[in-house]
Amino acid sequence: MQLARVIGTVVATVKNESLEGRKMLVVQTLNKDLQPQGKPMVAIDSVGAGIGELVFWCRGKEASFPFKREDTPTDCTIVAIVDSDSHVTRSP
Amino acid sequence: MIIARILGTVVSTQKDERLKGKKLLIVRPINVDGSDTTGYVVAVDTVGAGFHERVLVVAGSSARLAQGMKDTPVDAAIVGVIDTVDVSG
Repeated sequence: MQLARVIGTVVATVKNESLEGRKMLVVQTLNKDLQPQGKPMVAIDSVGAGIGELVFWCRGKEASFPFKREDTPTDCTIVAIVDSDSHVTRSP
Repeated sequence: MIIARILGTVVSTQKDERLKGKKLLIVRPINVDGSDTTGYVVAVDTVGAGFHERVLVVAGSSARLAQGMKDTPVDAAIVGVIDTVDVSG
């Protein structure tokens, strides 16, 4: 799992039936200093995250586990919202 | 999932039995601002996407979870046609 910032939304009317009703968000992965790292990805939201929030997300097959795991084609899902930036601490 | 643009089609007659009837498209990953990146992926279309459209591509074993893809040997599937991408800042 990795930390990321929600930076945008994606709208797709025509989509695979198994994705109906799912919210899609653009997330920017962050490094340990909460600075952007790598390219933004599109993630399915499982927790009700919004733009600007710090979240963490999982990739791969496990990304479909918050939903009906055999039916939801996602490789990138937001699984938690971090309470605030100051709640991310690390030892020096 | 990544955002990609459809560049072309692939025709293959001799293929795995489970890929019969599936549309194969060449897609190029793009940035959220719509600019092109490099490289390409061959992806199976599950939504009826067309040339030059922006689409959502699922990669890896999750591609098999799309409707109609059960047990098919694919690692990239087009699962949505994008209307808009809004990125703040």
